Amino acid sequence: MDEISFAVEKGEIFGFLGPNGAGKTTTMNMIQCISPKTSGTLEVMGMDVNTHQREIKKNLGVVPQENNLDPDFTVYENFLAYSRYFNIPRESAKKIIDELLDFVQLTEKKDTLIEPLSGGMKRRLILTRALINKPKILILDEPTVGLDPQARHLIWDKIKSLKSQGVTIVLTTHYLDEAARLCDRLVIMDYGKILVDGTPNDIVKEYIGTDIVEAENNPSVIACLKKRAARFEALGETLQIYTNNPQEITSALLKECPLRPITARSASLEDVFLRLTGKKLRE
Amino acid sequence: MSYFKLPKLTTFVWKVWLRNRDVFMKTYKVNFLPPFIEPLLYLFALGFGLGTYIDTMDGISYPRFIAPALISISIMNSAFFECTFGSYVRMYYQKTFDAIIATPVSIEEVITGELLWGATKSLINATIMLPVLTAFKLIELPHALLVIPFAFIAGFLFASIGMCFTAISPNISTLNYPTFLFITPMFLFSGTFFPLQLLPEPIQYFALIALPLTHVVSIIRALTLANLSSFLLVNLAWILTVSLILFVLSVNLMKKRLIV
Repeated sequence: MDEISFAVEKGEIFGFLGPNGAGKTTTMNMIQCISPKTSGTLEVMGMDVNTHQREIKKNLGVVPQENNLDPDFTVYENFLAYSRYFNIPRESAKKIIDELLDFVQLTEKKDTLIEPLSGGMKRRLILTRALINKPKILILDEPTVGLDPQARHLIWDKIKSLKSQGVTIVLTTHYLDEAARLCDRLVIMDYGKILVDGTPNDIVKEYIGTDIVEAENNPSVIACLKKRAARFEALGETLQIYTNNPQEITSALLKECPLRPITARSASLEDVFLRLTGKKLRE
Repeated sequence: MSYFKLPKLTTFVWKVWLRNRDVFMKTYKVNFLPPFIEPLLYLFALGFGLGTYIDTMDGISYPRFIAPALISISIMNSAFFECTFGSYVRMYYQKTFDAIIATPVSIEEVITGELLWGATKSLINATIMLPVLTAFKLIELPHALLVIPFAFIAGFLFASIGMCFTAISPNISTLNYPTFLFITPMFLFSGTFFPLQLLPEPIQYFALIALPLTHVVSIIRALTLANLSSFLLVNLAWILTVSLILFVLSVNLMKKRLIV
């Protein structure tokens, strides 16, 4: 990591975005007190991660990128073993486990071994396991990776309902629609640095504008755009034009250039992401 | 990071131990069978088969000579394989350690819990063998009951040895090297099936210095034959010292492997 700086507010959903190898998981591991930081300060709930590991970890719930439910145990036994790592007395653990299984609608899988469960169920169970200690901060490392749309929506609902219960949530994701939908604020990282931070809307407005007009990449269109001093980038066969006024630029292009296929759409976080981290040809 | 930094431990160690015990107890019927059958096989093949051509070995009947060796080998194998292949699967394939260190439990406590569990398996297996060997009148009670607590101590030694290899093994198949280059020679040349004194003198010294099983066999044979001597203190001191060093080393090696 290279001089990153961020602050997560209590009760918000904060996202870390970036390509593979950007340093998201490393940052998560530092917050979880697993990878020690070599310099700088990192405090979780006002405690230093290098010296207060146990106190911090007591208040964290962690959903790791890879499923690591215990295949030697049933669902219920998994949770019971996990509750012991937090020193939760057996009787109250049983009550919490029943409530949680109900929360993710998996009560009927209580006595099933982990192996035969679907990917979506395993992911729900991992989220459930992270809640066993009633965490104040939830760390989600790619919470919906590899899930079908139904399972993703269910996980999103659960994440939102946890937020409404006052849990602070820190997440990483490769799905930019997920980030835009869930995060109150986010950062985009690459090569161990933070490139931008802000709310999803502000980031899109700042780096792209409200809309994107896509036109064919040819010299006459480029000439038109240069004349109008429009902001655009070439992305392979298409030109992406960043604008707050798509109607104006679209009709101008249609009027001034040979008629070509042209589309206008809202700008998204994905556009910002690709613009900042993508390897595209820049004009 | 230092290789010999003393780990800070709390009672969370037992939570890790409990996890392994719970898994073991789920299939206890299968788990209790091997330590029950294995000594019988060796006894019939070596003790009562080969043994019929041997009047006495070191002044005692051959089955009585190898009975303590069988216990010692079982102690070695249970802890060593639990903390090599068993721990490797939990660490690498099941990601069990990763899941546990996301809780207040530390990596030092996870590894120590694993080692204590390995030692416990040695204790369980040695204990199950005692009635079998007693039934054939091969061991002396009540002295032989001291094998039970000693199995835990000796088991902890082999668990620590195994964990060091687990920590440095690039993949699971490289764990075969210590098995064939270290465990198998120990199985044969630690005073197990013939007295150490039959070996050339330099090799006897080598066995005393570098083969932990030698010391374990020596103590267990003294206990099962109720024939104690002061040299046993040397054996015990060797075991305790090496256990402590390798325990600390294995925890630090694993920490290095799993963190950073």
